[in-house]
This record gives sequence, structure tokens and C-alpha cells, in this order.
Amino acid sequence: MTIRRFWIGLTTLIFAVLLIVPLLRIVQGAFDDGWSGFSAGISRPEAQHALLMTGIIAVCVTVVNTVFGVMLSLYLVRANWLGKRLKAVMNAIVDLPFAVSPVIGGLMIVLLLGPDSAVGAMLGRAGVDIVYALPGMILATLFVTFPIVIREVMPVLQEVGSQQEEAAHMMGAYAWTTFWRVTWPLIRWSVVYGVILTVARCLGEFGAVLVVSGNIINKTQTATTLVYQDVENFDLTAANSVALVLAAASVLLLLVMEWSKSRKEVH
Amino acid sequence: MTNMLQSRWWSWGFRSTVMLYFIILIVCPIAGIYVQSLSGGFQAFADNVTEALAWKSVILTVKLAVISTIINAAVGTLAAWVLVRYRFPGRSLLNSLVDLPFALPTAVIGLMILLLLGPRSWIGSGAEALGTTILFHEPAIVVAMIFVTFPFVIRAVQPMLEELDASEEEAAYTMGASKSRTFFRVILPCMMPGIVSGAMLAFSRALAEFGAVVLVAGNIPGRTLVASVYIFGEIESDNPAGAAAVSVLLLTLSLLILWTVNFVRRRRAR
Repeated sequence: MTIRRFWIGLTTLIFAVLLIVPLLRIVQGAFDDGWSGFSAGISRPEAQHALLMTGIIAVCVTVVNTVFGVMLSLYLVRANWLGKRLKAVMNAIVDLPFAVSPVIGGLMIVLLLGPDSAVGAMLGRAGVDIVYALPGMILATLFVTFPIVIREVMPVLQEVGSQQEEAAHMMGAYAWTTFWRVTWPLIRWSVVYGVILTVARCLGEFGAVLVVSGNIINKTQTATTLVYQDVENFDLTAANSVALVLAAASVLLLLVMEWSKSRKEVH
Repeated sequence: MTNMLQSRWWSWGFRSTVMLYFIILIVCPIAGIYVQSLSGGFQAFADNVTEALAWKSVILTVKLAVISTIINAAVGTLAAWVLVRYRFPGRSLLNSLVDLPFALPTAVIGLMILLLLGPRSWIGSGAEALGTTILFHEPAIVVAMIFVTFPFVIRAVQPMLEELDASEEEAAYTMGASKSRTFFRVILPCMMPGIVSGAMLAFSRALAEFGAVVLVAGNIPGRTLVASVYIFGEIESDNPAGAAAVSVLLLTLSLLILWTVNFVRRRRAR
């Protein structure tokens, strides 16, 4: 019994020191100069702009990657117009963004679409900026978050099998109706879970966005790159204020994640 | 008839859009970086990789990632064991907290560690009294890597422990095996696949980590400059070829790890 107590105590201690204390330290840091320091850090025009940029990117990326993620999962599990071999190869490639360092993800986009590349120069002449502008930042985040929804939805599709869908199809339902009436209710909570993970990753994306955006104040700066810049400028209270907003959002998303996990297990 | 034709056009359109999206977003960039790094010939690639600072940063990254992975494998196995086997107040809270490092932005994690280990904190001043500094030195990088990769081993070992058949353990006890013998002969082998695959994922994530490390490492070339920060520096100083060469090295290593883990998991599933 005492050994049991010891292990439980040790684990609780590790969690407290490693996870809870750092989180509390951010809260304390944000209020080092009292409420006014925190509100000053948040209400700076560059902080407002950075949070807005993060919000725009999160919304665009989540919508696009959810739609394409669900469709690609359906194709990878169900489609018979894709060969078995090709499916296996694509399945392995889907995971690649998880293996790629975010900085490398950003570098890829700069290399392909930057002002020095053929495509980038062409678009530049047409007046479209991709790198060091919002489209490049969205592209970088799309790349980084691409596998998340697919990895949540595919196992569920594989598990439930295609019998119900085939039955609906045989009874004359359109593909569209089959999807909404049969497939969607089965995968709904996995999609929700994937969406939450995607949003969390979008809010937190740093390396890829830093490389692609150039981190220009009031133009391409996001919340995380603003935190980075504040730390580089030794303005820790301001950095903490923005970091606290991000951390609060993450903890909130974590709570929703736990809730949707319990829903996912219900059906 | 027109209806059928229309629906066929639609599905054809959907298919090609999704496939195009996949190819342009994922396949092109990764192929592009390999092409770019080898565009100057293999010799140029080799020169870029073996350049003293580049090579030192890669070695440093691998060394620190190995250390943090070993620590996480031990701590993660312990935590998974406690979370699955014991019932105690606060268990479900701890279980939810495991995912916290995945949910928090890496830049925020870096800032947390900076504050905790900084010279003004009690850990920092304590270390200073002992004559060492943690922040902007190797230990701080290891702490950042441990934090970021904390969930991997726990999340990989938990399902294995839940699956473990209690009767095997009981059989071992009944036949007179001691507690520690049962643990090392029955339970540990059962957890091993989880520990290994979790540790490999943690290792590949630690290799790639940028946000948390860049804020606490100090980034002194040749001493505390890790590979991802080196790549960032090369991009900033407008040397994409050097950045691409080191990227390809890191990327290939991560890909090998990822595919090995997938391969092992698929074989187990069969």
C-alpha cells in the first residue's frame, strides 16, 4: 500500500511541477504590473492586430482542412477508383506534415512561392503576394494541420464498415443523401474532435508562420510571433499578457476536447 | 439521363479537386525541398551538411533529443501505469492534463520555461548559487523538449496496459513469482511496444521542435544552436541552400522514424 501511495504521489508531483506550475507562472507573469500591465499588453494596437490575424488564419484553415480532410478520408477508405497500392502510398504521405519541423514547412513554401522562385515571380508581377503576406501564412498553417482531421476520421470509417452506406445506396438514396443521413452521424464526433485539435494547432502555430510571414508588425504578425518578438525585446509583461490569452484559449479547447472525447465514446 | 451525367460530373470534379489539393499542398513542397537541396549537385549538398556549425547543430539536436526521450520514456511509463492501475481522487484531472502540451502554443511553452528557469526565479538563482546556469544552456533545451513531447509515451502505453489480460498476471503470482519478477517478465514486455513507439514519436518531435527551444536556448552557434534554429537562421541570412540541406537531413531522419512506427503498428494490428 505504501508503495502504491509513493507512486501516486510521485506522479502527481511530476504533473504539478512539469505542467501546472509553468501554467500558473504565466498567469503570475501577466499580472506582474497588476491589471493595468495586463490590459496595456493586450490593448496595444499590434496585439489587437496579431490576435485578429491569428483568428482569421484559424477560421480559414479549419474550414478548408475540415472539408478536404473529411472528403479525402472518405476516398482513402471507401473509393474503389483508387488502387490499393496507391491508397497505401497516399496514406503514408498524409502523415508527412507531422514529421516535418514547422520551420522546414515554412521553408518549403518560401522556396516554392517566394519572390526568387518562378511561380512567386510570376504571381508578384500579377500583383499577388504570397510569401510575407496572409495567403502564405494560411498555406503554411494548412500544410501543418493537414493530417489532423484525416487521422481522427479514417479509423472510425474503417471500423464501422460500408454495409449501412451500401444498403442506403441500394435502396436508391443519392450519394449526397447517403452521406448526410448515414455516414455523417457516424463520424460526427470524430470530426468535431479533429476540428478542435486543428483550431488549437492553428492558434499555436509558430515556426512555419514565423518563416513565411517575416513577422512584420501590424501586417503579418500573429499572436505567437508577437510573443516571440516581445521576449526578444525583453518586454516580458507584454509577452505574458498575450501568452495568457493564448494559454486560456488552449485550456478552454482542452476542456471541449475532453467533452467531445466522452461523446465520441458514447456511440 | 441528364441527372446521372450531372452527378458523374460532380463526383469527377470533387475527386480531382481533392487529389489536386493533396498533391499541391503536401507532395509538391516536400519534393521541392529535396530538389532544391540537390540542385547544386551532391557535392554542394554534402558541403552544406558537413559545414562545421551545421553539423554541430545536428549532433547537438540528436544528443539532447535522445536525453529527453529517455527521461520521457521512464516518466511516461510510470505515469501511464499510475493512471491506468490506480484509482485515486484527481485521477481524471491528471489524465486530461496529459494533453496540455499538445494544446498549448509552443511559443507560450518557451515563455513559461524562460520564466521558470530565468535568473530571477528561485530555480535559476538556486542553480546560480550552485555555480551552474540552466537557462540558455543545454539543460533548458532538454526541459523544453521534455515538456513538448510529454504526452507521447503516456498515450502510447495506456492502451497497452488497458488491454493486458489480468489472468496472465494472476497466473504468474499463483505460480509463485514475486511482484518484481511479474513486473519485469509479464507486464513490462506487454508495455514495451507502446514505450518504443511512443518514445520514437517523442524523439522525432524533439528533433523538429522550434518554438519552445528558440526562446530558451540562447542560440549560440556551435554550443546551444539546435538544428531547427540553425535552419531558421540560414533562412534569415538568405542562404536557402544551406537551410534546405540541413532540412533534408532532419526530414529524412523523421520520415524513417515515422514510417517505422507505422510499420510496427500495422504488424501488431495483424
